[in-house]
Amino acid sequence: MIKEWENFVGGPWETEINVRDFIHRNVTPYYGNGDFLSGPTKNTLDLWDEISKLKKEEIEKGGVLDMDTKIISTITSHPAAYIDKDKEQIVGLQTDKPLKRSLQPYGGIRMAMKACKDNGYEVDPEVVEYFTEHRKTHNAGVFDVYTTEMRKCRSSHIITGLPDAYGRGRIIGDYRRVALYGVDKLIEFKQKQKAGTRIIMYADVIREREELSEQIRALEMLKKMALSYGCDISKPASNFKEAVQAVYFAYLAAVKEQNGAAMSLGRTSTFLDIYAERDLQAGLITEKEIQEIIDHFIMKLRLVCFARTPDYNAIFAGDPTWVTESIGGMAIDGRPLVTKSSFRYLNTLNNIGAAPEPNLTVLWSNNLPEEFKKFCAEISIKHHAVQYENDDIMRPLHGDDYGIACCVSSMRIGKEMQFFGARANLAKCLLYAINGGVDEITGEQVGPEYRGVEGEYLDYDDVMEKYKDMMRWLAQVYVNALNIIHYMHDKYSYERLQMALHDKNVKRWFATGIAGFSVVADSLSAIKYAKVRVVRNEKGIVTDYITEGDFPKYGNDDDRVDNIAKEVLHTFVEYLRQNYTYREGIITTSILTITSNVSYGKNTGSTPDGRKQGEPFAPGANPMHGRDTNGAVASMASVAKLPFMDSQDGISNTFTIVPSALGKSHKERVTNLVALLDGYSKKGGFHLNVNVFDKELLLDAQKHPEKYPQLTIRVSGYAVNFIKLTKEQQDEVISRTFHCCI
Amino acid sequence: MLGKIHSFESLGTVDGPGVRFVVFFQGCVLRCKYCHNPDTWAFNIGAKYTAEDIIKRLLRNKEFYETGGITATGGEPMCQIDFLTELFSLAKKNKIHTCLDTSGIMFDKVNRDKIDALLEVCDLVMLDIKHIDEGEHIKLTGMSNKAVLDFARYLNEKQRKMRIRYVLVPTITDKEDDLTELGKFLKDFTNIEKIEVLPYHTLGKVKYENLGIKYPLENIPEATSDMAKKALELIKANM
Repeated sequence: MIKEWENFVGGPWETEINVRDFIHRNVTPYYGNGDFLSGPTKNTLDLWDEISKLKKEEIEKGGVLDMDTKIISTITSHPAAYIDKDKEQIVGLQTDKPLKRSLQPYGGIRMAMKACKDNGYEVDPEVVEYFTEHRKTHNAGVFDVYTTEMRKCRSSHIITGLPDAYGRGRIIGDYRRVALYGVDKLIEFKQKQKAGTRIIMYADVIREREELSEQIRALEMLKKMALSYGCDISKPASNFKEAVQAVYFAYLAAVKEQNGAAMSLGRTSTFLDIYAERDLQAGLITEKEIQEIIDHFIMKLRLVCFARTPDYNAIFAGDPTWVTESIGGMAIDGRPLVTKSSFRYLNTLNNIGAAPEPNLTVLWSNNLPEEFKKFCAEISIKHHAVQYENDDIMRPLHGDDYGIACCVSSMRIGKEMQFFGARANLAKCLLYAINGGVDEITGEQVGPEYRGVEGEYLDYDDVMEKYKDMMRWLAQVYVNALNIIHYMHDKYSYERLQMALHDKNVKRWFATGIAGFSVVADSLSAIKYAKVRVVRNEKGIVTDYITEGDFPKYGNDDDRVDNIAKEVLHTFVEYLRQNYTYREGIITTSILTITSNVSYGKNTGSTPDGRKQGEPFAPGANPMHGRDTNGAVASMASVAKLPFMDSQDGISNTFTIVPSALGKSHKERVTNLVALLDGYSKKGGFHLNVNVFDKELLLDAQKHPEKYPQLTIRVSGYAVNFIKLTKEQQDEVISRTFHCCI
Repeated sequence: MLGKIHSFESLGTVDGPGVRFVVFFQGCVLRCKYCHNPDTWAFNIGAKYTAEDIIKRLLRNKEFYETGGITATGGEPMCQIDFLTELFSLAKKNKIHTCLDTSGIMFDKVNRDKIDALLEVCDLVMLDIKHIDEGEHIKLTGMSNKAVLDFARYLNEKQRKMRIRYVLVPTITDKEDDLTELGKFLKDFTNIEKIEVLPYHTLGKVKYENLGIKYPLENIPEATSDMAKKALELIKANM
C-alpha cells in the first residue's frame, strides 16, 4: 500500500475509483452523544468575526460587497487570496477577496452584465464585446432555438425559473476523489477512458472525447490552483487536514467556473472522518484541532457567492448557493454512516452560529443511533438550520453513497448527475384549462386554443378532462424547453471540473418541477365537493370564482382531497415521461418551490380554492397557509401520501412549530421532535424542514433586523438568513402555518 | 355508541407523555374562570363519532404515536363515561397508551362500577386540581372540590398512575397558604408520577370574544414560568 494509505483497510478502491468502497471498509460508526465535541478556538472566532464584519458590510451595501468586472473566472484566474493567512487552517477563495463576486459570462453575458449593473458595477467593455461578438454563450444559444410558444410560456410565467441565462447547477462532483487518489491518478483514469471510447466518430462519441479532454484540462488546472496556495494535490492526501483541504480545493475549482443555481458539496463528513480517526489513533491530532479544521472549512463554504440579479433573488431569495452537505444515513449492510464528524459538522452551528450555508441535510433513518437523532433535534430546536430527508426511501433506490443536490434531489455521488430546470405552474395550468389556453391575467392566447369551460358552475369531470389535456400540452413544451437548455449548456458552459469527478458513463436524471401543488388540490376539491361559480370579465375570460359551501382541504389527512393531489401528480409526471429527453435523461419531478411560491402566486390569477389573484402559493408540497387545521401530524400525513416514485426528485415540506407546542421541557421537545421525524419517515414522508420558533421572533426580526444578523430559518429545501428576504417574502413566511397549541 | 366530540389535535405534546392524538370531548359541568376552551362547555353541540371512527383516525398515523398514545380531554370526558370507556377499551385492544385529562368532578355523580371499568382501560389520569380550598373552588369553577379530592384519594387507593395538574392564576390560585395546603394534601399519595404547575395564559380570550361571553379574568395578568416553578417548589416542600 502506498504511504498515504497506510493503516487504511485495502480493497477494490485501491485499484479503481471507488470512494464508497473505501468508506465502507474504513468507517468507524459512532453511537455516542455529543459530549466529546470541542468549542471554537480563538482563531476560529477571530476569523468568524472578520467574516461577520464583511457580511454586515455586504448587507449595508445592498447585498453585494464587491464584484469582479474584468477577470473572467476560471480555476486558475485568480492568485491565492486569504482572509487572515496566519489564522486559516483551510485556504482558498473564489476571487482575490472574500465575498467579491466572480465574473462568469459563459452562462450568459447579458445576465452577467445585468447582475453588475443592478448592483452598481459595469462589466469591462472588452469582455462584453468578446462575449457578444466573438464567443457565444449558453444563453445566446438557447434563445437562438426557443420556439415562439416557449417564449410565451416563459413570459406568462406558466413555466418559471428556466436556467437559460446562468449556470444550471445541481451537479455534484465527487470532490472526495481528489483527497483519496490525488489529481494525477484521476487524470490517468480519465486518459484511459478517453483511449477507450467507441471507434466510429458518431456525434456523441465526438462530444464524449471533447468532454474528456476538457475534464483532463480542468484537473490540470485544479493542481495548478492548489499549488498557488503552496499545496501539492497531485498525490493523495496524507492526513486529515490535507484531506479537508483537497476536498475544498476541488469544490472551490467548481465554484470558480460554474455559478450554478445549486452548487452542492455531496457527502463528505463520514469520508473525512476516516482521516480524522486515523490521525487521532496515531496521536497526530486532537479533537480541538479536528473541530477547528472543520469550522474553517465550513466558514469557507459560507463565503461562496455568485453575481445575481434582483430578478433572480425574487425566485431564489436570500442569496442561496445550496452548498448542500448530506450527513448520516445508513449503510446497506445495516451499519449507520454516522461518525463523530457528522456531529462535528452540525457542531459548527454551535461554534460559529447559525447560517443558511452549507445547507446541512441529515439523511434520516429510523435506524440511526438514538443519540445522533437527539443531537440533530437539539440542533434543530436551537438553530432551525437543518433539513431532514428520508434515507429509508432513498437508500433502496440509490444505495448508500448518494447525496442531495440543491434542496431535495438525490443522486449517487460521482455516478449520477441531473439536468434540472424550472417549475411548471400547475395552478396556472388549471386556469388555462378553464379558459381554453387564454392567460387569465393578460388575456393572451398562450396555451392551445382548446374549448374552455361553459356555463356558470364548474363541473369536476369536465374541468378534470380539460385540465389533463392542458397538462399534457404543458409537459411537452416544458420538457422540450429543457432539452434546448441542456444541449446548449453542455455546448457552451460545460461543467468540466465537476464532470471530471464523475465516472465515464453517468446516469442523467432529467428533473422537472411543480409549483402551485396545494392550490390545485384544494381548487379541484372545491369544484368537486362545494359549488364553484365562475366570474367572467367583459371578454368572457374567467377571472374569479365564488365558492359556495365547504370542501376538504389538503393537509388534513382527508383522503377525499389527498387522492386528488395524488392523481394530479401522477398524471402530470406520466405526461412528462411521454417526452423525448436529451442524452437519455430519466424524467423525474419535484414538488419544491424554493421561495418562488411568492412570485408564482403574484403571476397567477384567482383560483377556485378561494385564493385571490397575486396571493402567494404555499411552498413546495406544503398545504396552503392556515388550511391544515387538524394539527401537524395530519398535515404531515397528507404530504407523506404523495408517492416518492411519482416525485422522485423530492417532495418538500416545511414544518414550523412553536417551541411550547413541542413539549414543556427541553428534554421533552427533543424526544418529541425525534418521534415526529421518525413518524414522518416511517409514513414515507420524503423531506422535512424543521423550524422551531414563535411568530413573535420573526416579527421582531422584521422590525429590528440589526438585532438578528444570523437568524436562519428553513424555507423550502434550503435555509435563509431571514433579514435577507424582501418584506413580501418575510410576510409570506410569517403567514405560514405555525403549529401551536393553547 | 356515539360520542360528542369538539375536535381533534393530531399533534399533542403537552397532554401526557410523548406525541399524542388528543380528543377534545364536548361538554363540561364546570365553568372555570380561566378555562381556555369555553367552546367545549355546551352539551348540545359537537360532532358525533363512534369509538371506531376515532381509533381509526389515530391508527392511520400510528407511526407518530409510538412514544405517546391517545389523550381524552375536553370539555370533561367523564361526562360521557360510557363512551370514554368504550374508546379507551378499543385503544387498549390496539395497544395504544391511554391518558385521561379530567377535573374528577364527575366522580361522585356516576356509578362506581363505571369508574372502575374506566380505570381498567386508563393508563394514566391527569387530574386537574383547580383549587385546594373548597370555597375558593366554588368561586373559581362553580362547584365544590369534594368530588375532585375524593377521586384523587380513590386513584391512590386503587394505585392508578396519576399526574396532578394545577393552573397558577395570579391572585386566585397563587396564595402561599393554598399551595402549602395542596402539598400537604398530596403528601401521602404514592401514585403520583408528576406534578405540573401550568402558568395561566390569556390565549383563550379570543374564544370568549367569538362566543360573545364576557372574559371573567379581565384584569388578571398572566403567570410566568418562573412563578409556576416557584409554586411547584412550594407544593413539593410540603409533601
